[in-house]
Amino acid sequence: MDRTLKFNIFRYNPVAQGSAPRMETFVLPEIPSMTLFIALNQIREEQDPSLQFDFCCRAGICGACGMLINGRPGLACKTKTRDLPDEITLLPLPVFKLVGDLSVDTGSWFREMYARVGSWIHSDKEFDPQAEEERMDNALANEIYELERCVECGCCVAGCGTARMRRDFLGAVALNRIARFALDPRDQRTDRDYFEIIGDDNGIFGCMGLLGCEDVCPKELPLQDQLGFLRRKMGLTAIRRFLPGAK
Amino acid sequence: MQTFVTDLLCIGAGLAGERVAIEAAGAGFDAICLSIVPARRSHSSAAQGGMQAALGNSVMGEGDSPDVHFMDTVKGSDWGCDQEVARIFCDNAPIAMRQMAHWGVPWNRVVAGKSFYYKGGERFEKYEKPEKEGLITARAFGGTAKWRTCYTSDGTGHTVLYTMDNRAAQLGVAVHDKTEMVSLIHDGGRCMGAVARCLKTGELRVYLAKATVIAAGGFGRVYRESTNAVICDGGAHAAVLDTGVVPLGNMEAVQFHPTGIVPTYILVTEGCRGDGGTLLDVNQERFMHIYEPDKAELASRDVVSRWMMHHIRQGKGVQSPYGQHLWLDIRHLGEEHIRVKLREVDEICQNFLGVDPVHSLIPVKPVQHYSMGGVRTDKDGAAYGLAGLFSAGEAACWDMHGFNRLGGNSLAETVVAGGVIGSKIVEYLKGASAQYSTAVVADRVARDQERIRRLTAGADGDEDVYKVRAAMQDALQDGVHIFRNQGGLERAVATLQEVHARARRIGLKSDGVGANPELALALKLPGQVRLALCVAYGALMRTESRGSHAREDFPERNDRDWLTRTLATWKNPGDDLPTLDYEPATRTFEIPPGERGYGGGKIIPMDGAAQPGKEN
Ligand SMILES: Cc1cc2nc3c(=O)[nH]c(=O)nc-3n(C[C@H](O)[C@H](O)[C@H](O)COP(=O)(O)OP(=O)(O)OC[C@H]3O[C@@H](n4cnc5c(N)ncnc54)[C@H](O)[C@@H]3O)c2cc1C
Ligand code: SF4
Ligand code: SF4
Ligand code: FES
Repeated sequence: MDRTLKFNIFRYNPVAQGSAPRMETFVLPEIPSMTLFIALNQIREEQDPSLQFDFCCRAGICGACGMLINGRPGLACKTKTRDLPDEITLLPLPVFKLVGDLSVDTGSWFREMYARVGSWIHSDKEFDPQAEEERMDNALANEIYELERCVECGCCVAGCGTARMRRDFLGAVALNRIARFALDPRDQRTDRDYFEIIGDDNGIFGCMGLLGCEDVCPKELPLQDQLGFLRRKMGLTAIRRFLPGAK
Repeated sequence: MQTFVTDLLCIGAGLAGERVAIEAAGAGFDAICLSIVPARRSHSSAAQGGMQAALGNSVMGEGDSPDVHFMDTVKGSDWGCDQEVARIFCDNAPIAMRQMAHWGVPWNRVVAGKSFYYKGGERFEKYEKPEKEGLITARAFGGTAKWRTCYTSDGTGHTVLYTMDNRAAQLGVAVHDKTEMVSLIHDGGRCMGAVARCLKTGELRVYLAKATVIAAGGFGRVYRESTNAVICDGGAHAAVLDTGVVPLGNMEAVQFHPTGIVPTYILVTEGCRGDGGTLLDVNQERFMHIYEPDKAELASRDVVSRWMMHHIRQGKGVQSPYGQHLWLDIRHLGEEHIRVKLREVDEICQNFLGVDPVHSLIPVKPVQHYSMGGVRTDKDGAAYGLAGLFSAGEAACWDMHGFNRLGGNSLAETVVAGGVIGSKIVEYLKGASAQYSTAVVADRVARDQERIRRLTAGADGDEDVYKVRAAMQDALQDGVHIFRNQGGLERAVATLQEVHARARRIGLKSDGVGANPELALALKLPGQVRLALCVAYGALMRTESRGSHAREDFPERNDRDWLTRTLATWKNPGDDLPTLDYEPATRTFEIPPGERGYGGGKIIPMDGAAQPGKEN
């Protein structure tokens, strides 16, 4: 303890005339149990009230606070300063549109993603308020939950070389979303339907399999398994498409 | 200025706001939800434990019914709730859970056969019936007669909100995130929409709507120590209060959760105790069974929180640099249970405390958790005072919770109330025509622009917004907490009045340009202090103890004088106290006031003789 921490923070307010992207330095004494949530709020309250960043739950569950922490995408609220060196460099997540300083617009990116992948249960069944619910095996419910744990923080997108190069690449989060619905018997979409969404270079065939995504996912989602599963499944679907009479 | 015109405007894109919007969109109306954060980051996502509905599929829920759920809810509320509303809620909750299943929630399901559960640290066996295999299952939660809490591992709010937002995306509900409502547009009789500030550019926008719904969640962040997300700050409530005509109900009814971790006050779920976790004191001994022989750790929250504070006052707290706390022990649940069924808890302890709950105790203390009070509505969700204004979810005082809401009842409330109130709003929209007055809109915008100009120019003073906020939070924390008394409450009110005067002299230190966070806070802080005054003053005037409102100087629940709901209105902008009125807590009694069966405490009956010196 007793460390003095030096924060190099990216500053830019795109709305302010004359504002230019730059790095600014702030110095803080470290305190016990300090997280980047505590540190950044302290900087804002005591040193520069204009500093922009996003926190919401401050408990690692809402996904609001993704940023580049010494070059690596992560959730700021669950990053303890004691796990970092004396000098800490903070940059906004790439790929997403910058709002200002460390704040980015993830909302627009994700709403577009929901529309592209059809992020909902596709079913022609009507809900019947009088009927018992459809049964489901608890093990399957747990498997779906496992993939649904994603908090849409965007770290996997920011950590993906393909997504940084190609704006239209869906990214691991969207592919994982497809895997989640493909697992769910309530969704009536077929492999052919999923192929229409992800069966090209902006989808599963654009993924290089280098797994920058899984490394940085703060929820430790099994992205590697899901990407592999989809690659095989979509590969088979691609072949079947050329077989006459196949579904 | 950008102007949006819509049928329905929801202030909030959490579970309640989106559920209302889905109902309207499903009926063919346009719906826009505003939210400070992307919809899925709304605080609903943080609810881990689950939601109550009397499905009765688990063997431990056998014999459950909406009637039993109703009984638990009314008792939990300490008879402070509106019984008609509690009835609507309990009857509709099972349907709402099935509907969420239909839309995609991966509820945990009944697994037939033998399994184990823990209660009070002991292991018991249960047999789930084969004919129920695969139906939605439930777990135990505080204050309930049956296992009734539906869940998905411990990410219930997360999965339900993700499913709800999926449904909203499917139906074309527009979500304008990073957009914060700053004032309501109204003419004293009708609400016409809201002025909001874009948190990407800092620009003001006008939203005109036939119906406006306040679904902005709780306001816990007016306290210093709260489990709530940092955005749960009451900015929207403040805008409602500032109409001068819409009352807020029971603002003094604030729930404290027994298990916020020390020092960050992140909540660890009641599910820990439901599954058999125990509370220990400085000697690492259990104590809840001494005070509550029957329910022990599973008594309702207000009761557990109070006994914890009592036990600390008896000298049994654990000293720490952050003040005294107690221990939560879940070690005996075993590694597999903790890592799988209580995974989020496991992660929170490891990531924020550096503690492994499989091997170590968790430091906890009671902290602000839930706002029973809020925008007072009738049973259809229509706010008092302004036509075209509605409210749902934690932001509202619909009032099924009275003076204490049961764990698992508020997440369930958001989807049930969202559906019920949504369908009432659809009826309203079918009969409503657009009635906007350009003069009223222009006046409202001009006043908000003027506020921004004055704050930026420092025209009213140079008070530091963060220091003023800290003063407000400290005043509530010190004077309006779990145990309340006249002296402490009077001091809190007086302090808050001073803080209110300071809040009117705030001047920005920065330039206020763009999505400036200092300006965002400065715009709402005076209103937040007025909210805090509603809490403190309401608590001072309520000379009884009911549910979470515990007066040391008036320990009885007084049904003779206080079977009422407080209504707080801020009549004139120059006032420095709210105007309080009272209405009967409920117009219909399915269950007449009686004993809760836990928490002890004396009751002055409805027809009791007046006691000298205890008149209100
Ligand atoms: C840590 C925690 C755990 C919980 N666990 C449980 C549980 O297990 N079971 C249970 O029943 N209950 C639980 N609760 C309570 C429950 O989660 C909440 O009461 C419920 O989710 C509130 O939902 P809501 O839709 O009313 O509000 P929220 O989900 O809080 O949504 C509020 C919305 O309003 C928006 N908003 C706020 N102010 C403005 C403004 N000025 N302008 C524009 N938008 C605004 C926000 O951005 C957000 O979209 C828990 C609460 C906490 C704090
Ligand atoms: S494996 Fe590599 S290319 Fe594929 S999504 Fe992950 S980071 Fe991107
Ligand atoms: S998959 Fe992981 S890294 Fe990607 S958005 Fe979801 S939680 Fe974040
Ligand atoms: S603030 Fe919610 S994850 Fe960091």
